[in-house]
Amino acid sequence: MSLWNRHKIFEKNSIILIAGILAVIAVGGVVEITPLFYLKSTIEAVDGVRPYTPLELAGRNIYVREGCYLCHSQMIRPLRDEVERYGHYSLAAESMYDHPFQWGSKRTGPDLARVGAKYSDEWHVTHLINPRAIVPQSVMPGYPTLANTELDLTDTAAHLRTNRAVGVPYTEDQIKNAVTDLKTQLDPDSADLASFQKRYPKAAARNFDGMVGNPTELDALIAYLQMLGTLIDFKLYDEKANLR
Amino acid sequence: MTSPSPASKSMTMGEAGLMSVFAVSAYVCFFAGAMGHDSAFSFHALLASAASLAAAAAILNRYYERPAQLPPAQIKGRPNYNVAPIKFASVMAMFWGIAGFSVGVFIASQLAWPALNFDLPWTSFGRLRPLHTSAVIFAFGGNVLIATSFYVVQKTCRTRLAGDLAPWFVVVGYNFFILIAGTGYLLGANQSKEYAEPEWYADLWLTIVWVTYLLVFLMTLVKRKEPHIFVANWFYLAFIITIAVLHIGNNPALPVSVFGSKSYIAWGGVQDAMFQWWYGHNAVGFFLTAGFLAIMYYFIPKRAERPVYSYRLSIIHFWALIFLYIWAGPHHLHYTALPDWTQTLGMTFSIMLWMPSWGGMINGLMTLSGAWDKLRTDPVLRMLVVSVAFYGMATFEGPTMAIKVVNSLSHYTDWTVGHVHSGALGWVGFVSFGALYCLIPWLWNRQLYSLKLVNWHFWIASIGIVLYISAMWVSGILQGLMWRAYTSLGFLEYSFIESVEAMHPFYIIRAAGGAMFLIGALIMAANLWMTVNAKETDQIQDTGALQVAE
Amino acid sequence: MTDHNDFDRISGRSTTGHEWDGIKELNTPLPRWWISTFYATILWAIGYWVVYPAWPLLSSFTTGVFHYSSRASVVNDLADLEKLRGEKMAVLGTSSLTEIETDPALLALARARGKTVFADNCAPCHGSGGAGAKGYPNLNDDDWLWGGSLDQIQQTIRFGARSGHAQAHEGQMLAFGRDGILKKDEIATVANYVRSLSALSTEANFDAAAGTRIFADNCAVCHGENAKGNQELARRI
Ligand code: HEC
Ligand code: HEC
Ligand code: HEC
Ligand code: HEM
Ligand code: HEM
Ligand SMILES: [Ca+2]
Ligand SMILES: [Ca+2]
Ligand SMILES: [Cu+2]
Repeated sequence: MSLWNRHKIFEKNSIILIAGILAVIAVGGVVEITPLFYLKSTIEAVDGVRPYTPLELAGRNIYVREGCYLCHSQMIRPLRDEVERYGHYSLAAESMYDHPFQWGSKRTGPDLARVGAKYSDEWHVTHLINPRAIVPQSVMPGYPTLANTELDLTDTAAHLRTNRAVGVPYTEDQIKNAVTDLKTQLDPDSADLASFQKRYPKAAARNFDGMVGNPTELDALIAYLQMLGTLIDFKLYDEKANLR
Repeated sequence: MTSPSPASKSMTMGEAGLMSVFAVSAYVCFFAGAMGHDSAFSFHALLASAASLAAAAAILNRYYERPAQLPPAQIKGRPNYNVAPIKFASVMAMFWGIAGFSVGVFIASQLAWPALNFDLPWTSFGRLRPLHTSAVIFAFGGNVLIATSFYVVQKTCRTRLAGDLAPWFVVVGYNFFILIAGTGYLLGANQSKEYAEPEWYADLWLTIVWVTYLLVFLMTLVKRKEPHIFVANWFYLAFIITIAVLHIGNNPALPVSVFGSKSYIAWGGVQDAMFQWWYGHNAVGFFLTAGFLAIMYYFIPKRAERPVYSYRLSIIHFWALIFLYIWAGPHHLHYTALPDWTQTLGMTFSIMLWMPSWGGMINGLMTLSGAWDKLRTDPVLRMLVVSVAFYGMATFEGPTMAIKVVNSLSHYTDWTVGHVHSGALGWVGFVSFGALYCLIPWLWNRQLYSLKLVNWHFWIASIGIVLYISAMWVSGILQGLMWRAYTSLGFLEYSFIESVEAMHPFYIIRAAGGAMFLIGALIMAANLWMTVNAKETDQIQDTGALQVAE
Repeated sequence: MTDHNDFDRISGRSTTGHEWDGIKELNTPLPRWWISTFYATILWAIGYWVVYPAWPLLSSFTTGVFHYSSRASVVNDLADLEKLRGEKMAVLGTSSLTEIETDPALLALARARGKTVFADNCAPCHGSGGAGAKGYPNLNDDDWLWGGSLDQIQQTIRFGARSGHAQAHEGQMLAFGRDGILKKDEIATVANYVRSLSALSTEANFDAAAGTRIFADNCAVCHGENAKGNQELARRI
């Protein structure tokens, strides 16, 4: 019975009790989280993943602001139906520059991890403004204001710089040219196109919302959606090397 | 605390210090509001400025109104309990509960009839859903936890709450955090980290409030008059300290500008995912479980007038629960890009968590032994006991869903939402209602207006819960099965959109169930309103009535 | 153990001897079934760790005796699926459209496969039933923009319409404005005229006669005298 009496020490001293609680809750977190920072197998070695262009990043911020992840996952699981429906299962490397991650936990709408280049820009314009105009059964909200809202360009470079501070490898060159790059991506006839595409390989440049005038939030969001899942060439991906 | 003579009234250090801090903050926030880069930030800064001004004025006013001496810790040898902040938090709990349930009914209706999004930014599902989750968990649940913890810790330590202004700072500051968080989502200040959506400045403010909460609670424990710490307080303490650790671990972020709301989370990708669900799962484990178990450990024995069933079970299930819970986060990331080894740990610890969770259920239910007959006559006790049954159900379902094969079906579907609400409506909701039905009469020294209305509340809400969770089980499992269905020739049978269509009837049933739950809460609010506004009785039968000494 | 004499009368058990605000605790032993089930789950977990990847180490992790990996297992599952679909699947990929049409088994397979592919890839534009939406053609009727023969449809799907690919369908219609054939006001006029053909609302004061003339001169070659269309060149307006 003396064992039960030992517990007195916690019941009679609030400081020992709180110290005991802290010690007990520390273990699990430490064992599960720290290895993810040092084990090499956590993030696969693949080519092609690059930081977001300033326009894509702005689009991603709209995605984050609107809480799209509450209905859309961005995480294709290695299960046969998901791979067949949505494409290759998602890799950790594909979201390594995501602050925060947007894997989601609910699929009221379909997974978006590889929605990039699946539909035309016009489709996205119509769909985001009024989903039921094009998919009658949809329960997605319409976002018509995105088309009339100009993109806020005040802190464009600061967004990249802040990302660099939390670990995204933006170069000085990319930060310096942030605003030009953002505008160039919307104007395929721009003289800066070549240097833009050198800074951001594989980035598509076009007028995403199809409207004349200043960049809109719709431009940015579609630019982001259209690049999702397009960076890795899975023909070159070494399946066996990245089992874990 | 010295006792100066009435003539020498002077401000305490706390009053003077806090007042000057608020005065400075009013000025700084006003300036920040003018500099703001976006409307959410400017609005919040101006709100903070106005609130600081009001707080400074309130402190000053209180100083002039109060007698020269601070309220004594004891009057005639009996503890002089501090009840006003508790009253405030319990009223706020009722208010936010109704707000949060209403938003829940509204977003449930949006999924059934998407035209209800009105195509406006601030009424779209993506912005209202975090409003719902924050309003019910943090605003409703949080205020219930703060109110009951301040009550229980005083009564079971036989001492006045530590601090003079600090308890007020906690309850008002916490509700101010809720206001900032909620309006932030509507205006588009949202980090999209589930259950941790508030932006960086709201996170910082919450850290200050929460650490004060911890100190008030701990200092009250320290100066207790009982030799032993009661089991409810172990759970409250574990809840408060662990939430502090989780909040700080999950939220470090760098703002793009100190005058703007947007920030980037320090963690990225797979590590952020692990931090997020280490936090998210333990928000369930410590906020929605440990905290409410503390409520159970005080209010059930009190209401049933029976001893806690097993002290030994309390010990084992307490330590096992808090140790094991922390590990289970990866069950939210099964089959994702989180490495397999981490998923295994998440799954196995979830299974081991089953019995420690049921330990709480046993201790709650078996406390009734010898008093089962009271369930027939006392609907408040019935509510408390049914909540424990729902707790048992949710903590059986949870480990089941944590098994990888099951999760491969349930994840991403409405099954999760059903599980959430059997815990949220059945356990968290009912145990809170039961506690408030006890607490409000005790605090105001009144007789509960109507037990009959409690009975109505109980039945309407119970039917609502059953409708809600059974609709979500069916729709969730149907969804999961449709997504993975193959034809005999080996091809996917359904398109995604067909599964969306199939959900429609269940979304209507869910909205109806939610509406019933809301109606129950409205009945409760009316009942408590009548209670508070009734004449004070001096023949309170409940042993739990506070001796308000002033 | 009891250094006190406090018993609960109803259950007959001893209490711990403490009391908080009227609440006492019984000293009830742990329920047997409870503690044994708890041990059982712990044993099960240990077993699971032996078999599956589980514990992180300094530079790797324990892989478990089966070397299980969810990524490896989906590759197997997909291979099994191919087996289920049978050898005909391989034939499907290499057969021509007419070969598929003439072989009933192949046709059934192609249709089953096609239904799935259509549902998640095409339906968002052309509708679940293929009935189309504004700006997205109906695929059920016999009115084809780019031709309704199997080969023509195959070309549409493979290379798209106006996609920029060399083999994609290209519209025959000239860009009258860009190429300087018609002036701005002429375009406005003929646009109004075209709308009037379908009895749609037009601008109040447009010159119908001029519209008729511009249409006859520029458009009728393709769209026909009365804009009735012409199978080969352009559709009915
Ligand atoms: C209420 C839930 C909900 C919200 C919020 C929501 N969606 Fe959707 N989304 C859906 C549903 C349901 C579908 C499937 C039907 C359809 O195509 O509209 C869908 C489809 C889509 C698709 C087409 C995917 C495909 O492969 O067919 C895209 C792209 C998309 N949504 C983007 C977004 C973005 C961007 C946001 C936020 C600005 C958003 N969604 C917010 C429910 C939602
Ligand atoms: C992004 C939207 C979109 C998607 C996805 C899409 N289509 Fe289309 N489709 C169109 C549009 C727009 C046209 C009209 C092209 C034109 O004339 O410019 C079209 C035309 C066609 C035509 C020609 C119709 C005719 O009358 O000649 C066929 C056939 C067709 N699509 C089949 C498909 C199939 C099969 C799929 C799926 C593998 C598919 N489409 C996916 C938008 C889409
Ligand atoms: C060289 C042949 C040619 C000439 C000349 C021509 N068109 Fe067309 N037109 C077409 C073709 C082919 C299409 C359908 C395919 C497409 O979308 O490119 C078309 C489509 C159209 C459509 C869209 C029909 C629909 O239902 O979507 C309109 C309107 C139209 N033409 C008006 C005109 C007018 C007005 C003129 C004269 C100013 C004109 N066209 C001259 C070939 C021609
Ligand atoms: C009137 C009662 C309620 C209704 C109608 C309601 C409705 C909803 C709806 C429609 C959702 C979104 C589900 C989805 O995205 O598909 C939701 C999510 C959620 N609700 Fe409620 N709710 C109610 C009460 C509560 C209460 C009392 C709590 C907690 C104490 C709660 C906690 C949550 C949580 C945690 C989620 C997120 C679930 C997830 O992400 O899996 N809800 N609720
Ligand atoms: C032993 C106890 C429990 C275990 C092991 C457990 C396990 C789980 C699992 C496996 C999921 C699904 C994760 C996914 O597939 O995305 C889940 C979701 C959830 N559970 Fe539990 N559960 C337990 C108890 C509870 C209780 C008592 C509540 C109280 C309300 C609760 C609230 C939630 C919430 C809010 C979610 C949704 C998280 C999200 O947004 O995705 N759980 N739980
Ligand atoms: Ca969720
Ligand atoms: Ca946050
Ligand atoms: Cu969990």
